[in-house]
Amino acid sequence: MDFATALQILDSTIRLATPLLLACLAGLFSERAGIFDIGLEGKMLAAAFFSAAFAAISGSVWVGLLAGIAASMVLSGIHGLASITFRGNQLISGVAINFLAAGLTVLVAQAWFNQGGRTPSLAGDARFNPIEWPLAGVMENIPLLGPVYAELVSGHTFLVYIGILAVPASWYVLFRTRFGLRLRAVGENPGAVDTAGISVVRLRYTAVAICGLLCGLAGAYLATGLAAGFVKDMSAGRGFIALAALIFAKWRPWYALSACLLFGLLEAIGNRYQNIEVIGITLPVQFMQALPYILTVVILAGFVGKAIPPRAGGEPYVKER
Amino acid sequence: MQKMPQWADVFLIPLISLLIAFFLSGLVILAIGESPIEAVQIMVTGALGSTYGWGYTLYYTTNFIFTGLAVAVAFHARLFNIGGEGQAMLGGLGVALVCLSINWPHWLLALPIAIVGGALFGAAWAAIPAYLQAKRGSHIVITTIMFNFIAAALLNYMLVNVMRPQGAMDPASARFPEGASLPTFQDLFATAENPLFRGAPINVTFFVAIAACFLVWWLIWRTRLGYQIRAFGHSETAAVYAGISPVKITIIAMLISGGLAGCMAINNVMGEAERLVLNSVEGAGFIGIAVALMGRSHPFGVFLAALLFGFLYQGGAELSLWSNIPRELIVVIQALVILFTGALDNMVRMPLERMFLAMRRSDTAQSERKPEAAE
Repeated sequence: MDFATALQILDSTIRLATPLLLACLAGLFSERAGIFDIGLEGKMLAAAFFSAAFAAISGSVWVGLLAGIAASMVLSGIHGLASITFRGNQLISGVAINFLAAGLTVLVAQAWFNQGGRTPSLAGDARFNPIEWPLAGVMENIPLLGPVYAELVSGHTFLVYIGILAVPASWYVLFRTRFGLRLRAVGENPGAVDTAGISVVRLRYTAVAICGLLCGLAGAYLATGLAAGFVKDMSAGRGFIALAALIFAKWRPWYALSACLLFGLLEAIGNRYQNIEVIGITLPVQFMQALPYILTVVILAGFVGKAIPPRAGGEPYVKER
Repeated sequence: MQKMPQWADVFLIPLISLLIAFFLSGLVILAIGESPIEAVQIMVTGALGSTYGWGYTLYYTTNFIFTGLAVAVAFHARLFNIGGEGQAMLGGLGVALVCLSINWPHWLLALPIAIVGGALFGAAWAAIPAYLQAKRGSHIVITTIMFNFIAAALLNYMLVNVMRPQGAMDPASARFPEGASLPTFQDLFATAENPLFRGAPINVTFFVAIAACFLVWWLIWRTRLGYQIRAFGHSETAAVYAGISPVKITIIAMLISGGLAGCMAINNVMGEAERLVLNSVEGAGFIGIAVALMGRSHPFGVFLAALLFGFLYQGGAELSLWSNIPRELIVVIQALVILFTGALDNMVRMPLERMFLAMRRSDTAQSERKPEAAE
């Protein structure tokens, strides 16, 4: 493998890791506040469809982005209603949201565009286009550093940079602000937060709303950045890989970045090569596809660095009278 | 003290939830510019208007009984098995290996062995998440989700690289031998002058599914193991105090659950396709969740809910043929049923409980007043 190929793989790693990263951070906020969310997949899918649909109709990707975020936040609201207000089972609610998105997107796509459950192809201003950084063209001639700058740093779409910036931002919010402290506390011991006179319900709804916002960005990136339009089931399990990455990262923002880059790299390699030879053993492409899930199970099993979820995760909070 | 009578808990709440789900689905149909009444008509005639339609409805019902029972058994031990999809896929692999192993002389011989094969493979696929939950405390929901994806990759590998006959293009196994072919209802019930169930895939597996319902009922409510499973599901600490091993019950309940999901393959792989194809499960493992929730984890409820979803599935297929409504409408209905009977259960339950309490209070108030009047 030469330098140019390696650069290309790393370049697509960044692009493929972005939706995972945004969704993973979305799950981070929700689960740190004690709301399990296996509906990341559905929210991404809904955001992907509505961003593509509104971008196609209006011709502006920004309108699409807003519509995608709105769709994702509506589903987040349902999840909040079920798991916070009505104290239902958060896992079942997540399953329902995944199906709701899978069904509704195709239904509405068929009714609006009549193209068998897809949106028209997006072009021009209806998509996020690569942003060329200054001097990328000039620096290309510098050996080693130049191509790295031109391929990896420059030339991605807006949401890729947002995704990377979201990592320090999430870290700062969660670990350096009062809001973040309270949010984490509500995921560990909601009773204590309540005793301190802070509303558990409001904190959890805020966390779920942030989750919806970030999932909306992830979905919009899928349909308007990575691809050019919506196709049926286009999230293709990415929400679950993001969930896997979240566990892999042990519910921490910086680890989430590395986990998502790792899973992005696996996907990039899987896309490029059919079979991979490692020390004389041929690994089939299916193994590469399954690897993120296998790694997550290994981590969950606790044989390599045990992952411990937030303690109050999945438990509805019942105020004592 | 119970807040409301049992019949309300068992019938009224699922019924109201279902009505809300159907009402919202109707609104969805209206919103995409179609007529809900016409849609219902197409679905009823398509799914229940002929023995052909019934043949498909009952075929889907059979699938959903197995996956619904699988989720229900796990629910009794308070385990949420989302892995029915993967377990049914692996069950398909088991059934296919049994059917292809020898040239079966008769289906009556092949069927029991295939049941064992499907159940073993399904159970094996549930065993690892069960062990991890019981011994290492890994959350079973996450591990079973992961195992669904691993199962899909494994099946893909097996079909493309191992089981595909030489020269074949599509990723599928060879056809099963004649002797492993299960008789369909057409073979059983159609006569020359009365061609019933023509071309429909419903087969003898339906009776196996009914038997499975009775077996699960007997297991859960009539055996010591079933009692232990229910006790563990109600309160783990109480179960431990009573000498019930949480590790043992978790693993056994998940093995039974996975085995039931794996048995679904007798219907779709051995009974219908007669070879193993990619994506033969078609989401039935997930529908099992909706079926178990609606059926309140009771085998009879599971049977009724499976019948309802069988009707919806076949009706949905007809709908996409004869109208402009895509098949995905069924996925929306399924989502709404899961949402209202599962996650938003309290939304329906709380007002009802309040209503029953108010009724009881006014009853007791009246009965208290009477003795006073007698004095």
